[in-house]
Amino acid sequence: MILIDTILQGVMLGGLYALFALGLSLTFGVMRLVNLAHGDLILLGSYIILTLAGSLYLPPLIAALVALPIMFVLGWALQRFLLNHALHDDILPPLIVTFGLSILIQNGLLAIFTADSRRLSLGGIEAQSFAVGPLNIGVLPLMTLLAAVLVVLLLNFVFFKTALGRAFRATSDDATTLTLMGRDTRRVFAIATGIALVVAGVAAFFLATRASINPSIGPARLIFAFEAVIIGGLGSFWGTLIGGIILGVAQTLGGSIDPEFQVLAGHLVFIAILFLRPRGLFPRAFD
Amino acid sequence: MTEHKWSLTSSTRESRIFATLAIVAVLLLIAAPWLVSRGLIRDLFQIMTLLVLAQCWNLLAGYAGLISVGQQAFVGIGAYVFFSFAVFMPIPPALAILAAGIVAAGIGVAAASFTFRLQGAYFAVGTWVVAEVVQLTLAKQSVLGGGSGMSLPREFRETMPGFGILREMGFSKSAAIDVIAYWMVLLLCVVTILVIYRFMRTPAGLGLGAVRDNVIAARSVGVNATRLKWLVYLGCNFITGIAGALIFMQKQRVSPDTAFSVIDWSAFVIFVVVIGGIGTIEGPIIGVLIFYLLQSFLADLGPIYLIILGALGIVSILVAPSGIWGLISSRTGIVLFPIRHNLKKLG
Repeated sequence: MILIDTILQGVMLGGLYALFALGLSLTFGVMRLVNLAHGDLILLGSYIILTLAGSLYLPPLIAALVALPIMFVLGWALQRFLLNHALHDDILPPLIVTFGLSILIQNGLLAIFTADSRRLSLGGIEAQSFAVGPLNIGVLPLMTLLAAVLVVLLLNFVFFKTALGRAFRATSDDATTLTLMGRDTRRVFAIATGIALVVAGVAAFFLATRASINPSIGPARLIFAFEAVIIGGLGSFWGTLIGGIILGVAQTLGGSIDPEFQVLAGHLVFIAILFLRPRGLFPRAFD
Repeated sequence: MTEHKWSLTSSTRESRIFATLAIVAVLLLIAAPWLVSRGLIRDLFQIMTLLVLAQCWNLLAGYAGLISVGQQAFVGIGAYVFFSFAVFMPIPPALAILAAGIVAAGIGVAAASFTFRLQGAYFAVGTWVVAEVVQLTLAKQSVLGGGSGMSLPREFRETMPGFGILREMGFSKSAAIDVIAYWMVLLLCVVTILVIYRFMRTPAGLGLGAVRDNVIAARSVGVNATRLKWLVYLGCNFITGIAGALIFMQKQRVSPDTAFSVIDWSAFVIFVVVIGGIGTIEGPIIGVLIFYLLQSFLADLGPIYLIILGALGIVSILVAPSGIWGLISSRTGIVLFPIRHNLKKLG
């Protein structure tokens, strides 16, 4: 029973990792961009929500909803004015630019908010749980998992049912041809990054409510996100969700053996899966 | 018909002047412990360790296309191997330093069997994961001091080559360690640059340059890109491991957080190479000098300093992708480490 409980906690933690990863999966799918600042951008979102809730006295959920359009504009502008200039055949410039951005955001947060730990209080919901038979399910972890599923459904809807999604898929397949068809790929990219940061904003809300945060934890979130994307296989949002869940389960199982083993267990499972299935479990894209 | 004699040469007038100046500079650097303050020796130590790491990263990223964000793994491994020998099995320090490089290269092979499956940008994050795995694994070992790390035993530092002589010359114990570490890293730095320069002029090195410029074309003329990447990865991790041993020998303390710092051993190194000029031997040299100037003026600003550095890296790769040296070189045609062979008519 303890084992089942541990796995269940892992699945719900996986929801959070999937939220970290879906934005990364999106930008990679559309424009082959691996954003090394993704973890720090999530953390930036958390601090935006904390600031909105703290200084404007907004209820946490309203603060998060206000933060989402801010994140969209941020992502759009980031892509339009910075990342688009770095995206060429050479893979070095986008890596350097996003790595620089990561350092910049991390230290910017440190300069403004200090290294103190903070947490977004939901007024008691974070401690609530309900019993299903012998199992205890936390309300907030369950909400996180449901949010991840909802985001996957929404992203799939946008990707496969809208004109914008058609542009995303076309860019992914062949950006040059799309340009020939008269579509400005740079605008498509900007919208994609905007949406990716909206997803990051959702992740940011749950990150800040689940445990304390401080400016230094961004890179580790990037690594979890990256692992979830690779485990799931490139180009599939459901794959990314399952990748996040596998990572979450691996971590909680590892953590139940020895708390210090939690993160390491996740890394080891990631490496093992990559050895067995170099292209991940549910690959769709071919590079 | 007169016969001309030809000779094949790669040196230029500037490169000969530079070589002469470089020899003078190295001689001055050897004598520096008697000429300058201990503070400056420590600064020079830091500059040269950074230069060694930058040359290695440049070879990986600038020539072999292996963009790693995880070289701190090998700095940390080198440091921990060195300290493990010092604490548990005191062998001559020089051997322990060599062992640090060998173990780093060995673990690099294991790491590569995983990271080399990842292409391009994914390789970068993969190397970062490897560094995390190594750090977390080491931090769990209570015999290695766990999260708080280890100190260099007093008796061990007295077995350093030259320690006795320096003590007799009036250097204090910790000043003597500084000076020994400084000379060792000076040696490592000179050897690293010379080896990389020599290597770039061998057929294998020229092949590597060809791979960088065009993989398909290089393969079509028989360059084995995969073998070259392995060779460069091994060599760089060996040197990075040795650098790690020296860096923490000088600090006389090691802990997982400092030994595997992504800021110190990856971010600084990457920005040095990018700002100085990637894909050249001159670039990292210019880069460390700029880095040192920035640091002397801005390091007190703490996070602001890192913000400025990050911003400089971004601006540099977007505005001048070949770095400061690239700008200088393309405008003046000066090459200090010439690789091209030119035919020259004699007489």
